[in-house]
Order: sequence, then C-alpha cells, then structure tokens
Amino acid sequence: MKSEVSSETRFIVERWTPLSAATSIVAAALLVMLAFGPLLFGANIVDNLTNLFIYVILSVMWNALAGYGGLVSVGQQTFFGLGAYFAIQLSYYGVAVYPALLLGAAVAALVSLPISALMLRLRAGEFAIGMWVVAELAHLLVALDPLINGETGVSLLALNAFSPNTRRDDNYWLALASMAVLLAIVFALLRGRLGASVQAIRDDEDAATSVGVKVMRGKWIIFFLAAFGCALAGTLWLATSITFQPNTYFGVQWAAYMIFMVLVGGLGTFEGPIIGAVIFFLIEFFFGQTGVWYLIGLGAAATLFALFLPRGLWGTIEDKFGLRLLPVGYRLRMLGPQRANTD
Amino acid sequence: MIWITQLLNGVLLGGYYALLACGLSFMFGVMRIINLAHGDLAILGACVVFFVADATGISPFVALVVALPLMALIGFGLQRWMLERSLRAGLLVPLLTTFGLAIIIENGLFEYFGADSRSLAPYIGDFAFDSWAITGNIYIGSLALLIFVVAVVLLIGLKLFLTHTSLGRAIRATAEDSDTAELVGINARYVYAVAAAIAVASAGLAGVFLAMRETFSPYSGPTQLIFAFEAVVIGGVGSLSGTLVGGIVLGVAQTFGAQINPQGFLIAGHVVFLIVLAGRLAVGAIRTRGGMYGLFARRP
Repeated sequence: MKSEVSSETRFIVERWTPLSAATSIVAAALLVMLAFGPLLFGANIVDNLTNLFIYVILSVMWNALAGYGGLVSVGQQTFFGLGAYFAIQLSYYGVAVYPALLLGAAVAALVSLPISALMLRLRAGEFAIGMWVVAELAHLLVALDPLINGETGVSLLALNAFSPNTRRDDNYWLALASMAVLLAIVFALLRGRLGASVQAIRDDEDAATSVGVKVMRGKWIIFFLAAFGCALAGTLWLATSITFQPNTYFGVQWAAYMIFMVLVGGLGTFEGPIIGAVIFFLIEFFFGQTGVWYLIGLGAAATLFALFLPRGLWGTIEDKFGLRLLPVGYRLRMLGPQRANTD
Repeated sequence: MIWITQLLNGVLLGGYYALLACGLSFMFGVMRIINLAHGDLAILGACVVFFVADATGISPFVALVVALPLMALIGFGLQRWMLERSLRAGLLVPLLTTFGLAIIIENGLFEYFGADSRSLAPYIGDFAFDSWAITGNIYIGSLALLIFVVAVVLLIGLKLFLTHTSLGRAIRATAEDSDTAELVGINARYVYAVAAAIAVASAGLAGVFLAMRETFSPYSGPTQLIFAFEAVVIGGVGSLSGTLVGGIVLGVAQTFGAQINPQGFLIAGHVVFLIVLAGRLAVGAIRTRGGMYGLFARRP
C-alpha cells in the first residue's frame, strides 16, 4: 500500500486499497490461467475466446479515446482495416506471416501520425464525422490496390502453411498476449501523469491548457495508442478469418460495436469496457443470427445507456458503492473526526 | 466540352448537397448538435414518400404534402424526447445517441423494406430524365435544375424566416444564448423543437429528391450524412449561404473525379474535404500565430 501523507491538509491520497490489490492479483491470475486455454478447452471455445479478446482490445481502445481523451471517433475502423491491409501487403512482399501481423499494425499506427495532425485539431462532433470520412477514404483507396481485387478481397494465403489447429492456438495466444499488453499499457498510462492530464483535457480543454497541461501531446499519445490497438485488432481478425474484404473491415459497424461495448460497460472507467466487451460477446453469441433485430437492439441499448445510464453498468456500480477494483485513479481519504470517502 | 457539361452537372449536384446539408448545418448552428442520424432521416423521408406513392399511386410531389409534415413532427418529437435530454449530459452524449438512432432507423427500414434498391424515378414519369439543350451539345437535366432551384429557394427562405419573423428571431436568440433568451420570455424548449422540426423536414425533402434522382436502399443514409457534413465543413459551419458554396464545391469535385476514374467520384469529394479542412486549420494557425511559422509552431 502506497500512500502519501500531506502534513498541513489532513487527508491521504490513496492509490492502492486492499480490495484493489486483491483484484489486481485475481486479474493477473486469470490471465495466467487463460494462457493455458488451448490445452484445456475445445476448438470452439478457443475460437470464441479469441474473438472475445479482440472485442476487449477494441472496446478498451475506444474507451481510451472517448472516455479518457474525450475524442468520440466514428472512424476507428480506419485502423482496423489498414492494419489488416498492411499485414497482407507485408506478407505478399515476403515477410513471415505472424511478424507481418504485428508489423502491419505498427505501419497502420505510423499512418495515424499524419491523420492525427489534421483530425486532432477538430472539435467534438467535427472530429467524430471527420474520422468517419477518413475511414471511407481509406476504404476507397485500399480497394483501388490491384492486390486487393476491389471489393472481392483477398486471402492471407501464407496462413495456410500452418495446420488449422496450430493456427487456432497461435491466434489465441497472440490475441491474449496483445490484449494483456495493451491493457497493461493503458493501465500504466492512466496511472501516470498522462492519465490525469487527458482526463483534464476531456473535462475542460481550455482549463487544462491554463494549468499547463500539454493538450495536444496528451491527445496525440492516446490517439496513437488507439490507432495501434485497433490496427492490431484488425490484424488479429485477419488471422482468424484469413479473408480480407474492404467492406467488412472498413465498415462502420465496428464503430457501432465499440460504442455499444463502452457505453454499456461504462465510459471512462477501466473495468467497464472489459465488461462491455463480455456482454457484447454474449449478446452476439446468442442473438447474432437474428440479424437486423440484433443490430436494432444494439443501437437501442447504446442510445438508452447514453441517455439514462451515462456511466454504464460498471460506472454506476462504482459510483454507488465507491468501488474501485483496479487502482487507476486517486482517492482522497479525510483524516480526523469527519471520515468521508470521496473519489 | 465534356468538362463544361460536367461543371454544370457538378454545380446542380451541389444544389442537392446544399439542400441535404442545410438541416445539418441549421441544427448545429442552433443546438450545437451534429446529428449523426441526419442521412438516415433523409432516407426515412424517401421511404415515407415511396410508401405513399406506391400504395396510392399519387405523384411523389403530392405525397410530399403528407411526408414533410410527418418528418417535421418526427423532428419535433426527436428533440423533445431524445436530444433535449442528451444535450443536458454534455457535448459527447448527443453524438452517441444520434449514432444509436441512426442504427435503429436504418435497420428498422431494412426490416420493413428489405435490402432492395428502390427509386422514385418510375413514379415521376419523363421528368426523371427530361433535359434542356442550352447549346448544341450541352444539356441540363430538368430534375437536377428543379432540385437546385428548390435548394436556393429553401436557403433564402430560411434566411428570411430567421431575420424577419418573430419565431426566426427567437431561434437566433436561443442559438446565441438560450439562458438569456429564456429570461426575455422565449420558450427555449419550444424553439429548439421547432428548429429540429425544420431540420428533419428539410432532410426528408432532400431524401425524396435523392430517391427521384437515383436509387436508394435502407443503408444509403450514412453516405448522405458524410456528403452533407462535407458540404457544411467546406462551406463554413453555421452559414447558410456557405452551405450552398460548400455543396457546389463538393458536387463539382465529385463530377470531375468521376470523369477521371470510376471510384474518383467519392475519392475526389473526400480529398477536397480534407484539403479544405487542412487549409482552414493552416489559415487559423497563420492568423493566430503570425505568418507561416504558425504552421510549424508547437501547440500548447
């Protein structure tokens, strides 16, 4: 337990609580257990869990953007698609297939630099649709590449060198490791100086500037991270489905999924998007075949949550019980006669 | 000669974009909401007219008499029951709720109308492909011209309405500062709902013209939203005459792009939008920080 005591004002800044220490250990243990997944579960479960990990990545990345950076993007499918596209390119030019997946995501993250130079200067709504235009443009330009065969798409044939079973297990581990690393990065960023500064930017950009927060730098780091994460999710999706069709990868439905997961789980909380991804995964598993009604349900749920439960499921629980399972925030505990807990 | 024809076509197409964009721009100007369901509301309008025309056999132009008040009513209700509440929750929530609404509308339309592409062109007879010869080999489509004229009339009418009627002045006052407007006796809730009704009805009208010009499907909405947004940003946010200029720039860029490459229609539009955006930000940087240096100066 690390806490700093201030001598004049009588309160303690708490970061770790016994509860958060316990959950951190449980979370780490869960990750270690999941690492043995392919040895324990059947093929079907392994496939489904791989998808779940990809959803968690998307959800956590979108939440980092919107919930912490205040950047609502309807165009993160740009990077989802570009990651997969660059992975196919790299593989075509002879890079081994699994390194190509990681490198593809890295290249897509590099492409986010010029995009961010333009987009991050836009305000709320303009940024949202501006990113959507970028996604549409990326879609059109990728479809022009002869390698992709227009909307027909192309397959990542190099993956056929692995047997379906090996591939399934490798994809699972890669997705799990990617998710764990990205979660760790977000956790570290939020706990550090950047976490406080981006939340200040989200709440009031002008006020944040006036107290010396480097607004552009904070937004840029979050944007870059989210671009890389979404691109990695795209290459993982490519690894599991093998085929690449521009329509599927650059479709705005990915934005809808991300928004749903984060809004239902809890915008601006660390744990919420993970819970949202699990809920989305379950809903898709049970209702995905109902097609249109499933999508209407997702849209309705996202709208209702935004209107009536803006902090999402986890955010509401957290507020109500003053819980914080993972120590990403700060809490002040007053000393002296009036003991009160506030976040 | 082909370029002159394309230029004319582009300008007329710009009229359609101006019509489509004016509701989006108006809503943003008054309520600071970027309505992500704008394109889907346009398609909803087209579907209503299609439904009426198909069921009764009356002309789509007559069906507008039913459809436009209905769309206005939808806009009014939307503001009252959804946007008003989301506005209170901050800047980001309206974006999220209207995005959810967009998904509900397009999939709801799909459930009812199916995936088929439809068009109102068969219901308006020869008018869909009539054209006038200006000179020997330059033609103008009469439908395209009608849409352009309607757009200009609507934009001018809206401007006159805002400056010369008491409701118009109330809308402008509320847009400026809703709290102060309420102090002088304006019912801001009502004013916002009227503004939303106007915006949604104009979107519906644009959707009907789209359906006369070409085919549409339940999922055509997002593309229309993007076009409308591009026209608004190119022309300058919150300015009605700017919207016409923005629409024309977008329309001309698209028709020229289509002349170069089959995919060029969409690509050229998006690229022009990004160039204008970059230019606008660069000019802003130059103005605020002095000279070209401003472009490279570090942001705070």
